[in-house]
Amino acid sequence: MTITTPPAAPTTNRHQTPDNLRMDSTMTATAAIAPSSAPAPARSTASPNRRAKVGTANVVRGEWIKFWSVRSVWITLICAGLALVGFGMIFSSVAESGTAGPGPAAFLTNPVDVALGGVGLAEMVIGVVGVLVVAGEYSTGLIRTSFAAVGRRARVLRAKVVVVAASVFAVALAAVTAAIIAGQAVYAGSEATVPVGEVTDIILGTSVYLTGIALIGVSFGFIFRSTAGAIGTLVGGVFIGPNLLNLLPASVTDYFMKYLPSEAGAAIMTQVSDPDLLSRGAAYGVYAAWVVGLLGVAALLVNRRDA
Amino acid sequence: MDSHVLVVTHDENMIEVTNLTKAYGETLATDDLTFTVKPGIVTGFLGPNGAGKSTTMRMILGLDAPTSGTATVAGRALAEHRQPLASMGALLDAKAVHPSRSAYDHLRALAVTNGIATSRVDQVLDLVGLSDVAKRRSGGFSLGMGQRLGVAAALLGDPEVVMLDEPVNGLDPEGILWIRHLLQNLASEGRTVFVSSHLMSEMELMAEHFVIIGQGRLIEDISADGLRAMAAGERTEVRAERLDELVNLMRADGVEVTSNDRNAVQVRGLEAGEIGRIARDAGIALQSLIPEQQTLEEVFMSLTAHSVQYHGGDQLQLAA
Repeated sequence: MTITTPPAAPTTNRHQTPDNLRMDSTMTATAAIAPSSAPAPARSTASPNRRAKVGTANVVRGEWIKFWSVRSVWITLICAGLALVGFGMIFSSVAESGTAGPGPAAFLTNPVDVALGGVGLAEMVIGVVGVLVVAGEYSTGLIRTSFAAVGRRARVLRAKVVVVAASVFAVALAAVTAAIIAGQAVYAGSEATVPVGEVTDIILGTSVYLTGIALIGVSFGFIFRSTAGAIGTLVGGVFIGPNLLNLLPASVTDYFMKYLPSEAGAAIMTQVSDPDLLSRGAAYGVYAAWVVGLLGVAALLVNRRDA
Repeated sequence: MDSHVLVVTHDENMIEVTNLTKAYGETLATDDLTFTVKPGIVTGFLGPNGAGKSTTMRMILGLDAPTSGTATVAGRALAEHRQPLASMGALLDAKAVHPSRSAYDHLRALAVTNGIATSRVDQVLDLVGLSDVAKRRSGGFSLGMGQRLGVAAALLGDPEVVMLDEPVNGLDPEGILWIRHLLQNLASEGRTVFVSSHLMSEMELMAEHFVIIGQGRLIEDISADGLRAMAAGERTEVRAERLDELVNLMRADGVEVTSNDRNAVQVRGLEAGEIGRIARDAGIALQSLIPEQQTLEEVFMSLTAHSVQYHGGDQLQLAA
C-alpha cells in the first residue's frame, strides 16, 4: 500500500474536515478502505449528484412521472373528458328534438348548460382520480417512501396538487370546450346561439370547478388515507348530500345551500343568473375557500400524523 | 492522493438513537432505546416479531414521531437533509410499489425528487438484476423481485447510510447470498449498513455487530465476537442410566438443567469432568457426556426469551 500525503484541502465536497484531528482520522480510514472499494458494485460510477437537492420543482417532476405512469389513473381522467363531451351531445340532441328532458324552452334559454349536462358524471370520475393519486400510495405503503425521500411531507402534498390541478384543468378545458362546440353544432340553424364572451366565462368556470373537485379528492385522500373512505365522503358529502338537503324547507336551506361546494360550483358554471345562487365572483371565492380549506386540513394532518 | 478514493470520516454517517420512546396509548413500541450504528460494518438489528424494529426504523426515517427521544442520521433528523436519498437509502416494505407502475418508472419518479440522474436508475436496476423486467408492471413481481426493487430504490441516491427492514424475506438461497455480499460490500466501502431480521441464523453470516431488542427495550448492543463469547458458556449433554437421580445430584446454585427428550439433559454451570465425578460417586453409568457450544441462535433465543410475544409450546423444564 502506498503512503499518501494528506492533501492541503479536503478533496471531496461531501465531507467537511473541521480540524486537523479529523483530517488524520480521515486519512487512516481512507488507507484502510481504499483497496476494497475498487470492485464496489453499488458505488455510483456516474458522478453522483452531490450538489443536487430536493426542491419543489423536483418533487413536482416526480409526481408528474407517477401520475402519468399508472394507466388506470390517466385513462380514468380521459374517460371523464369523453363522458363530458358524449353526454353533452346526447343532452343537446334530446333538447334540440324537443321530445324529452329540459324541452325546447330550456334549450332556447340556456343551451350551454344543456351541452354541459355531462359535468354531473364527469365530476364524480374526476374526484375519484384525485382520490386515487393519494389513497393509492397509502394502500401500498409507497407514501412512506415518498415522504422519506423528500423530507418535508408538505412538499409531496403540494406537488400532487400541482400535478393533479394541471392535468385535470387541461383535460377539463379541452372537454368542456369540445362539449360546447358539439352542442352548438347540434343547434346549428336554430336561434339558440350564445355570445362568445359568456361562453369563455363558462368554459373557465367549469374547468376550474372540475379541477377543484379533483383537489378536494386529493385532500380527502390525505385525510382518510383510504380509497373507500375518501370516495365515500366525496360522493356522499359533496355530490349527493346537497340533494338530500333540498328536502328540507327552503326557509332553512336558503341560508347555507348556496355556500356548499356543489352550489358554488353551479353558480360559476351556469349562464343563467339564479336568485338561489351566489354571484359568479362570490361563488369563485367561496369555492376556492372550500378547496384551500380542505387542502389545509390535509396538510395539517399529514404533518401531525405518523406516516 | 487519488481523488477517486473514498474518504470516510468517522462519526459523520452514524445512525444515533437516543432515549427513543414510542407510546401507542399504554403500550410502548420502543422504550428508552439508545444505540448507535457505525459506518464500515454491517449492523444487525435483531428482535422477535413485534419487538419494535420497524417502529424504530420508521422513527429514524422521520415517518413516525417519537413520544420522546431522538433519532438522527449524521447528526440531524433525516427530514432536514438536503438530499435525503443520498444520506440514507431505506427499504421498509417490498410491496410499497404501485402494482401497475413499472420498476423503471417507480425508480425514475423517486430519483428525480432528489435531482438524481436517470442514468443512475439503469445502474441500480442492473445492480439488482432487474434490467430485463424493468419496463413491466411491478404487480407481477415475485416477493423476491420486489425485495430487489426495494434494494434498488434504497441504493438510488448512492447513500452513505443503508437501512433495510427484513430484506431477506422472500429471497431464494441465491438471493440471500447476493444480498449478503452486497451489504458486506457496501459496508466495506465505508457506508453505514443497518439491517433488521428476526432470524439470527441469517444475520450471523453478515453482521459484525448486533443491536438486539425485545419488547421495545435494548437487550444487547454487542459485537459479533462479544456474542460468540457469550455463546461459549459451556453446556454439556448428558445421557445416563438413572438420569433423574443424576439430575437431582447435580442440582446446586448456578446449575441449570434442561431437557428436550426423556433420555438426555443439557447441563449448564457444571463442567463435564465434574458431572462425570458426580456420576461415578453415585455409581451411575454414563452413556454419553458431550460438551456443546451454543449457537448464536440459541444465545439470541435465550436473550429474548422473556420478550417473545407469541410463544409456541414451552419446553420441558427440569431447572434446578
